[in-house]
Amino acid sequence: MIPEIGHYALMLALGLALIQGIMPIVGTRTNDAVLMSMAAPTAVAQFAFVAIAFGALAVCYVTSDFSVLNVFQNSNSQMPLMYRLTSIWGNHEGSMMLWVSILTFFGALVAVFGTNLPVVLKANALAVQAWIAAAFHLFILVTSNPFVRIADAPFEGRDLNPILQDPGLAFHPPMLYLGYVGFSIAFSFAIAALLEGRIDAAWARWVRPWVLGAWMCLTLGIAGGSYWAYYELGWGGFWFWDPVENASLMPWLAGTALLHSAVVMEKRGALKVWTILLAILAFSLSLIGTFLVRSGVLTSVHAFATDPTRGIFILAILILFIGGALALYAWRAPLLKQGGLFAPISREGALVFNNLFLTTACATVFVGTLYPLALEALTGDKISVGPPFFNSTFGPLFIALMAAMPFGPLMSWKRGDLLGAAQRLLTAGLLGAVAIAAAFALEHGGPVLAPFGVGIAVFVMAGAVTDIAERTLILRLPFRAALRRALGLPRSAWGTALGHFGIGATLLGIVAVTAWGSERIAEIKPGASLDIAHYRLTFDGLFSRAGPNYHDVVGRFTVRRIGGELIGTMEPSRRTFPARNEATTEAALMTRGVSQLYLSLGDPNRDGTVPVRLYFKPQVLMIWLGAIIMFIGGGLSLSDRRLRVGAPRPAKARARLQPAE
Amino acid sequence: MTRKQRRLVLIGGGLGVLAVAVALMLNAFRDSIVFFNSPSDVVEKHVGPGTRIRLGGLVKDGSLARGDNLSFRFDVTDGKSEIAVSYRGVLPDLFREGQGVVAEGALDGAGVFNADTILAKHDETYMPKEVADALKKSGHWKDDYAQRAAMPIGGGAK
Repeated sequence: MIPEIGHYALMLALGLALIQGIMPIVGTRTNDAVLMSMAAPTAVAQFAFVAIAFGALAVCYVTSDFSVLNVFQNSNSQMPLMYRLTSIWGNHEGSMMLWVSILTFFGALVAVFGTNLPVVLKANALAVQAWIAAAFHLFILVTSNPFVRIADAPFEGRDLNPILQDPGLAFHPPMLYLGYVGFSIAFSFAIAALLEGRIDAAWARWVRPWVLGAWMCLTLGIAGGSYWAYYELGWGGFWFWDPVENASLMPWLAGTALLHSAVVMEKRGALKVWTILLAILAFSLSLIGTFLVRSGVLTSVHAFATDPTRGIFILAILILFIGGALALYAWRAPLLKQGGLFAPISREGALVFNNLFLTTACATVFVGTLYPLALEALTGDKISVGPPFFNSTFGPLFIALMAAMPFGPLMSWKRGDLLGAAQRLLTAGLLGAVAIAAAFALEHGGPVLAPFGVGIAVFVMAGAVTDIAERTLILRLPFRAALRRALGLPRSAWGTALGHFGIGATLLGIVAVTAWGSERIAEIKPGASLDIAHYRLTFDGLFSRAGPNYHDVVGRFTVRRIGGELIGTMEPSRRTFPARNEATTEAALMTRGVSQLYLSLGDPNRDGTVPVRLYFKPQVLMIWLGAIIMFIGGGLSLSDRRLRVGAPRPAKARARLQPAE
Repeated sequence: MTRKQRRLVLIGGGLGVLAVAVALMLNAFRDSIVFFNSPSDVVEKHVGPGTRIRLGGLVKDGSLARGDNLSFRFDVTDGKSEIAVSYRGVLPDLFREGQGVVAEGALDGAGVFNADTILAKHDETYMPKEVADALKKSGHWKDDYAQRAAMPIGGGAK
């Protein structure tokens, strides 16, 4: 009964989406306020029905209803409750349900909180949102129905893919989807602006919080996925330039560019046409990301079942939305009036520089990811484009962007002073130079360019600090006065500084771990030891341990500083899941400052020796700490008064008070 | 500066960055692309020693030999041809005889493929897509490869 309710609710949601997609548009064309006002209630109702459908699926998973094919294939009654819940989106059908749930949730938020939006803009934007929703509802109902039943219900489910039985699954896909789908709001507003042929700074003020929120979630989602891959896959890599990773990086790059160009539009009324294009691109890349993951055209750790009808359906959605949006853009964008002039050397100029490099870097990732597909389609040759390609294309562009970044916030609008900015960055530059010298002196081996990477990372971080120091005049005013200035700074200024500081920290981690990480691979007998960096690991032996739906063969290792004190033990394991007869490697991590020791086990041999992989990962935690700092920076900026949605509210509040007098 | 000049600076800068990016990409394409080959491809195309390729096929049943110090040898087959592969390191969790594998590396002078990377990334049908395509091409694809994963374990029939 419950799956049928879910299925029926989803069909009703499709019907509501069609109404929401057509009526308001007709209303804006005929200037009919009643039709336009239908958008908001249908958006809320649509979300309600999708929520019922998602809830129904969740109930099937929690109660282990194996008469539902999707539950049978991906769950198991022995699994802990948390994994039964997260396995809802650990498969294709369920993850599409999560996708539309978030999509309609955001639509409902716009409907409910967008009370002070211009009526026409709101009607158009919600209608576009409904088109996207309708396409995905149809996709789920036609090709990926999670509510299909099995005639004879089996007693036990096939269990979730062991790699996915991890807290990472609770966090990574929802955050990533919040990001992907968050860009759909920017997309809908961009299309709405094109339909109306009118756009102003208020548009940017409305869209920017959504972009910022989506960007924050995407940042954390990507970082979370990276950390998950790092500890789960057992090779200690944090980024593989895997097509699916690239699929999430591309919207992030476009979204970062959008975030910056929207600032220019909001403050100076310039770059309107470009901002609209970026809004379209950011969501288009999110759709392409969905396509790459769902269609199975690429071999990847993330590829779910490959079903050609799904691929073709998603391809049709892609062509319809991206092609349609770009065609509309080509047709209507010339109508939008250009605004504010600025000199090439100015804050605007710096942000254009940022956009140029981010979009170009995004394009290199795009080419590297899709070139193998295109080549195979054209010539039949199968190739792989691996990390060397991305390192030598994306790398230089990104480093150039990083080196220029600290200058941006120090320039003034309209006409900036590059020399003045350089003078103020002198300290930061010196710190960078010191870091380069220190890296050369302290570290041996690794690429020659690595110390310069460290130098740029330190320059970026010091530059972010300089920005705040300049704004608070901390070096020129007495401390208390500077503190007062610091408290008075808009939160968005702190957000900018933290965001920039965070990306510097991430860069530092990436450079250090790539250049100076070390690795030992060996077969080891109980009682024997392995040395790495300053540490000595002694293998004490194997023992076994039972879990709820798996059992572990655990190796215990004692870690000492070489010639020194005991630090602790590490217990990597091989985890076997009987339901699927599969094994995973559970690596052991030991954190020392921001560096980590990483140890994973191979299959034990009959003679009692065990193959192990041991890594020392210097500064590795900086990669993800940087992402968390970026997230916090985004959050501060989001809480800025200026960005608070519905800025003209205070007047309304006063109006409500008056009658009481 | 006039509006026109400013726009020229912008467009010029944009084109400049694009040109640099294209140059970087062309350069990288020359050095860092790896072709995928089945064992038959290696034989037919006369892939020379030292050329970096990805070799994909099935690990031949009974061919895995374990040497000292984590060295392994096994044969990769597509039913028509076989290539001997040597590898030193820890084999991935899902490496099994009779199942699909993709190895990256180069042939040495004696015709042995020295792999430095063994990929066991796979979808839930336990078969890398390239390997499945190569097997279909050589006529050694069996339908039960796909079914094996789709079959409910101890389900359905009960």
